Amino acid sequence: MPQRDVVETEAGAGEAPLSPPTVDQPQPVTATASAATRGTGFRWQSLGRWEVALVAFVIATVLFGSAESHYFLSGGDLFDFGLNIGPIALMALPLTFIVMTGEIDLSVASTLGLACSLLGYLFEHGWPLPLAILTVLAMGVVTGTFNGILVTHLGLPSLAVTIGTLTLYRGIAEIILGSSSVTGFPNSYDKVGTSPIPGTQFTWTLGIFIVLAVVFGVVLHATPLGRSLYAIGLNKDTAFFSGIRVKRIKLLLYTLSGVICAGAGILWTFQYASSRYDAGTGLELDVVTVVLFGGISIFGGKGTIIGVIMAVCVIGGIQSALTLINVSAQAQEVVTGCLLIISVVLPNSGAALGEWRARWVRAVPRRS
Amino acid sequence: MIATAPGRWRHLAKVFFGAREVSILIVVLAVFGLTTAYNTSFADVLSVQQLLVGASVMMILAVGETMVIITRNVDLSIGSVLGISAYAVGDIFLHNPHFPVILGFVAGAGVGMLCGVVNGAIVVVARVPSLVVTLGTLYAIRGLDAIFVNGIQINPSSIPNSFLAVGYETILGVPWIFIIAAILVLLVGYVMRAFRPARDLYAIGSDPDAAVLAGVPARRRVFFTFVLSGTIAGFAGGLWLSEFATVSSVAGLGYELLVIAGVVVGGVAIFGGSGTVLGAALGVILLNTINQALVALRISSFWDEALAGALLITAIAFDRYVFLRRERANRARIAAHATA
Repeated sequence: MPQRDVVETEAGAGEAPLSPPTVDQPQPVTATASAATRGTGFRWQSLGRWEVALVAFVIATVLFGSAESHYFLSGGDLFDFGLNIGPIALMALPLTFIVMTGEIDLSVASTLGLACSLLGYLFEHGWPLPLAILTVLAMGVVTGTFNGILVTHLGLPSLAVTIGTLTLYRGIAEIILGSSSVTGFPNSYDKVGTSPIPGTQFTWTLGIFIVLAVVFGVVLHATPLGRSLYAIGLNKDTAFFSGIRVKRIKLLLYTLSGVICAGAGILWTFQYASSRYDAGTGLELDVVTVVLFGGISIFGGKGTIIGVIMAVCVIGGIQSALTLINVSAQAQEVVTGCLLIISVVLPNSGAALGEWRARWVRAVPRRS
Repeated sequence: MIATAPGRWRHLAKVFFGAREVSILIVVLAVFGLTTAYNTSFADVLSVQQLLVGASVMMILAVGETMVIITRNVDLSIGSVLGISAYAVGDIFLHNPHFPVILGFVAGAGVGMLCGVVNGAIVVVARVPSLVVTLGTLYAIRGLDAIFVNGIQINPSSIPNSFLAVGYETILGVPWIFIIAAILVLLVGYVMRAFRPARDLYAIGSDPDAAVLAGVPARRRVFFTFVLSGTIAGFAGGLWLSEFATVSSVAGLGYELLVIAGVVVGGVAIFGGSGTVLGAALGVILLNTINQALVALRISSFWDEALAGALLITAIAFDRYVFLRRERANRARIAAHATA
C-alpha cells in the first residue's frame, strides 16, 4: 500500500508548479481534491464502500440462488457457471486496466469473434492447431495494437475508435468465414467445453481467469506500472509531467487486450466445438458491465481487482441462477442492464442526493 | 496576398473541407454512379425507391442521435427503443384492428418518449455518463421487449393495410416513408440552425462548464434531448413496422452502432459541439448506398460490416487531421501576429 502514496504525492507535487500555464483549471483542482481526500484517514472507507456493497451483492446472490434451486453452487453448476462467465471474465481483466486509464475498448467481443473465425478458417485449411493458435494470438496483437495506435498516436477518442473496430473486426470475421461454421476440432482440444480442469470443477476459462486475476491484481496494486494507471486515470496530463509514459502504457494495454481477447476466442471455439463469425456477438456489454459493476470508475483512476472478481461472481451467479429457474437469456438482459445502471448510479447518487437536499433545505425551511 | 495560387488552392480546400455535406453528397453520387456503370439496373426506379426506403428509418434515428451527440452525450439505446415501440404498435393493432393509423404512430412515439425520459432522468439526475446509462437501458429495454414478445411474431395480416401503405406507397415515385424522413431532417436541421434552445445544445457540447456559466440550463436541455431522441426512435419504430410489416423481439438489433457510424461519417464530432442533422442524414444514406451497391456489384454482403467500420474509423481520423491542420494554421497565424 505505500506505493499508492508515492504515486499520489507525485501527482500532487507534479501539478502544483504546472497549474498556472494549463488552460483548463478545473481538472487539476478536482485531481488535487480527490488525491487529498484519499490521503486522509478516511481513505479506506471511501475506497472500500463499493467493495462492501459488492460483498453484500455476492451474499444476496448466493442466498437467492440457493433458495431458488438446490442445484445452485453444486459442482456441476460451478462448471456451467464457468462456461458462461469464463470468457467474459477473461476479457474483463485487460478492460479493467483500460477503463482505469479513462479509456474504453468496445471491440473486445468482436476480437473474440475474429479470433474464433480465424482459428476455424486456418484449421479448415489444414494448419496444425498449435501453429494456428499462435497465429490467432499474433492476430490479437495486431488488432489490439491497431486500436492502441489509433487512440494514442492519432489521439482519436477511444469510444468512437472501438465502436469502429467493433464493426470492422466483426466484419472481417464475416468475410473470413461467411455464414458457414467450422467444426470437427480434435477431441483433446474440445474437452475444454465438456470437462473441467482435472481435480477441480473449474472450466479452463475460469481457471485461467483466476490465475490471470492474481497476476493482474499484483500488477495493479503492487507495481509502479499498476500505480501509474491510477495516476493516468486521475489526470493524464499530471501523469505525463510526472514522467509516466502515458501513450506507451495505453498502447501496451490495448495490445494486451487484443491478445487476451484472442485467447478467449480460442477457448470459446473449443468450448463450443465450433467456429462461427458471430461468436460472442454483444458480449462487450457483459464485459463492460462486469468491469463497471466491479467498481472501476468510468472516469478512470478508481477501483480494485477484488471488486472485478466479485462482480464476476455476482453477475455469473445471477445468470446461472436465472438459467436454473428457466428465465430466457434475453429476459436476463433486463437484470444485466439494471445492474450496469445501478453500478454507476449508486456511487454517484450520494453526491447528487446531498446537493438536492441542500437545495431543498434552502428552498423550503423544514420544521425541526 | 503574396502567393495567389497556393492561397486560392488553400481557400478552395478549406471551403471543400468546411462543407462536409457537399463532400458526402459527392461520395454518395460517386458510389451510385460507379455502381450504375457496372450494373445499370441499379438506377432503375424500383431500385432507387428501395434505396430511399432502406435509408429512411436510419435517417430518422440519425436525427435524434445527432442531437444527443452534439451535447457530448451518446444514446446507445435507440435500437432497443425502436424494437420495443415497433412491437407495442403491432400489439395494439393485434388487439384493436380498427385502431386509427395516425394514433398508431403516436403510440410508438409515446413508448419511445417514455424510454427517453428514463434515459434522460438517469443521466441528468444521477450525473452518470450517458454511455454507461444507455448501454444499460439498451440491455434492459431489449430484455423487457423479449418478455413482452414472449416468442410471438406479429404478422402482416394483423396490421391494417392503411398503416402498411405508409411503408410502400409512393407520391410521384417518391416513397412516403422517405418523404417523412426528409421532412423531419429538414425541419430539425432548420431548428438546429435557427432556434436558441437548439443552439444551446452546441454550446453544451463545446464546453459544458462554460455553457452553464453562460446561463444555459444545461441539465434541462440534455434531459429534453434524450426525451426527443427516445421519441424519435419510438416514431421510427412505427415506421419500421409499416416498412417490414412483421416484428419479433430482434427488431432494430444493433441499429445504434450503424446509426452512430453514419452520424460520425456525416461530420458530427463524437465529442460534441459540431455537426449538422443534414450531414448525419447524408452519412447514413452513404452507408446504406454502399450496402445496396455491394448487392448490385454481386460482392458478398459479408463485406458490409467491415466497410462500415473502416469508413467510421477513416471519418474520425480525417476529422482529426483537419482539426490538427486548422489548429496548426491558427497557431502560425498567432505567431505571425506576435512577431509583426
